[in-house]
Amino acid sequence: MGLELPKYPVMEEEEVVNLELDIARRVREALSSVPSLEGSRDSYNQLVGVILHSKQLGRDELALLETTLKGLAAAVSLIDFTHHESLVSAIFSMSMWNYAPHVEDALAELIVSLAVSNGKYLDLSLGMLVNNFTPPPYFLDKLGLPFGLDRKNQVLSRVHAAFKKISEYVPLAPLRLINLVIQRMPTIYHKDRAVLIYVENMLKLESGEIGEVVGNSVLMALVDRLIDLDLEIGWDAILRDDFNKGIFEMELEDEDEIVESAEQQSGEVLSSFGNSIAELLDNLLVLTFEHLESCERAGRLAKVFETLLQSFQITVMSAYKSKFTQLCPLSSVILLMRMTAVAYLASYLSRAKFLSVFFISTMLKRLVDWCLEYCETHDGDINPNAHRVFYSGCQAIMYVLCFRMKVFVDVPRLNLLLMPPLEQILKHKLNPLKVCLPSVVEEFLRQSKTASLFTVSETFIFDGLLESELSRAFGGLERLDTFFPFDPCLLKRCDRSFDEQGDDLDEFDTAMSKMSITPKNGYCYKFGGRDSTRMPSRIRPSTSPESL
Amino acid sequence: MDGLSEAEANLVVYVHPSKSKNVPQAILRELSSLLFKFNETFDGVLLAYDVNILDRQAKILSGIHPYLGLRLKAQLLLFSPKPDMLLEGKVVKLSQESIHVVILGFSSAIITAENIRQEFKYKIKDGEEMFASRSHKRHVIKVGTMIRFLVKSVDEEILHITGSLMEAHTGSIRWLDKKSEETSEFDRSAMKSRDREWQEDKTVDEGATPLSNSNHIKKSKKRRIAED
Repeated sequence: MGLELPKYPVMEEEEVVNLELDIARRVREALSSVPSLEGSRDSYNQLVGVILHSKQLGRDELALLETTLKGLAAAVSLIDFTHHESLVSAIFSMSMWNYAPHVEDALAELIVSLAVSNGKYLDLSLGMLVNNFTPPPYFLDKLGLPFGLDRKNQVLSRVHAAFKKISEYVPLAPLRLINLVIQRMPTIYHKDRAVLIYVENMLKLESGEIGEVVGNSVLMALVDRLIDLDLEIGWDAILRDDFNKGIFEMELEDEDEIVESAEQQSGEVLSSFGNSIAELLDNLLVLTFEHLESCERAGRLAKVFETLLQSFQITVMSAYKSKFTQLCPLSSVILLMRMTAVAYLASYLSRAKFLSVFFISTMLKRLVDWCLEYCETHDGDINPNAHRVFYSGCQAIMYVLCFRMKVFVDVPRLNLLLMPPLEQILKHKLNPLKVCLPSVVEEFLRQSKTASLFTVSETFIFDGLLESELSRAFGGLERLDTFFPFDPCLLKRCDRSFDEQGDDLDEFDTAMSKMSITPKNGYCYKFGGRDSTRMPSRIRPSTSPESL
Repeated sequence: MDGLSEAEANLVVYVHPSKSKNVPQAILRELSSLLFKFNETFDGVLLAYDVNILDRQAKILSGIHPYLGLRLKAQLLLFSPKPDMLLEGKVVKLSQESIHVVILGFSSAIITAENIRQEFKYKIKDGEEMFASRSHKRHVIKVGTMIRFLVKSVDEEILHITGSLMEAHTGSIRWLDKKSEETSEFDRSAMKSRDREWQEDKTVDEGATPLSNSNHIKKSKKRRIAED
């Protein structure tokens, strides 16, 4: 009988070797029996049976499987795609997660041999390895356990070692691999952990030798997926979960009607769906940040950063306009992008704890200089439409100052550097104070008065403007005037990884303090009489669903 | 090595209007996307290009997308492996069943056992796998050896080549070159001595002239010239 393993209680090494040689010989015979017409296919069918087992394998059967795989690896040149189709498909449907390490090794060796033996098997082999990125469904829940983690490391190290070997023998393999990796990326409807482990593998690829060739595409694909997830989350879902809805009533009115009605229809389902996605996005971002940290340690952050920057320009910045593409001619898209960029900058400068005072002040100085120059070159009265970018610049400056006022009060040199030109801008005929979002303006003026920032603050006549027609006009259809992308950081884990005092925050903390990565020593206490760590309620409003 | 050729191409590149800000870059990107892939128009793989943009002003093609059409003249370096060509590559993996080779650092080739001539015997020496010639002790193929082999077939899509070492003029390049050098050396020295003999014959012929006194001087002069 073809491939039965005789049961010897104890085998000498020599016997084992002989037995292996014997099996290898039989494998060859079985393979060559198929093309010839007169030969019986029995041994071949048995061979397929060994690979395509269905039940749990015993020790001896595992040993047989291992030796058979080795025998096949040694005889790959005999494997013919047309004649041995059943065998080939059986091999490529195997999952490394199901076997002990030594069988895994044999399987990985066979896959590498197949990949390099013939062009036809290259894509199949790479695809099989990509399939092994994620464990079979039954194993997904065990990934968190210690033995599950060990198993994961075992399998993944073999998968990635196999990639490396294949690309050594077939130098163009990474180019094909990357297409497969991007194609097979799980959609957002897959199970949370499957996506996570897949992304983990992508990042591993990026940091490895193959990443030298295809790392850019990996990162780009990842950013695209993050954006997809982001867009998938309804603002509604977050509101219900994390906020007192009352706070947001005002902004909800402004929200794009299409979005709102769509969300209302799907109701509760969307809410829970949205939350699971938010959680997934959160986890993915943590993974990504960890990866960036490891990049920094490896001294390759600059290279990765370049890719991310490019990707940011292509995808993230244009995400806002995505719904309105058809409405906007090209020039206004560019305008929108500039406004979005300013909003991103403002939000980042005011929110990120890890930025140095020097960096913030340099960036602010540049913003102020730009606005001043704009004032000098543009004459005329208030015109929210014509000077959109200018107004978003002014709003950004004030917004940042709302959060960082203390710094500028404490350091006289900075005060001197920034305030006179800023005063000039604010007093200009373009009158930004009347156009920018009243909540921002109001808070800014209040704080600067407290800090007696301006020498003649009385000249700013603040007549309690509510959101005026003017301020609506400059934001345009998309309400960019109220768009501050990092406010607040809604993703719990991410927030924590940014927060220096992360340990203090536990799950049961109040929702707001979990959300905020705001510096705690700001002058923000005046906002609606809430405690100082809270977001100013009327500034908080990133009213767009995309603004996570 | 066969399979490499230079070509002069007249191309038209269609640039998307969104790239009109930096057209030269868009052109280079477009051409770079062809690198290391088999291209039917070129009937080979593009390895390198040197481009010369002819148009100063591009034509806008009418249609759904108004692309800009730009004429180029490009110097291309192509790699087009065909059956029966002699290619050279580096051995990256070797086992009893096969030799794996990488050509020009990007294309892979395999030579299976049945395509390796009987002269070569597989053996393991000091833990290193190799194919060693039975007739020439110095002729050895192992991982890292540059070999010359004959192309049997080419999978153009993934640039995978199957090769053969059946012919006598295939094998380790170092050994083959040395051998041909030796033969040519042998040829040359054989030629030289034949030359000399011929010269000497000549002088002898000349020496047969009655002026035997000047004969000696003449002869040595001739010999000097011959030896130079």
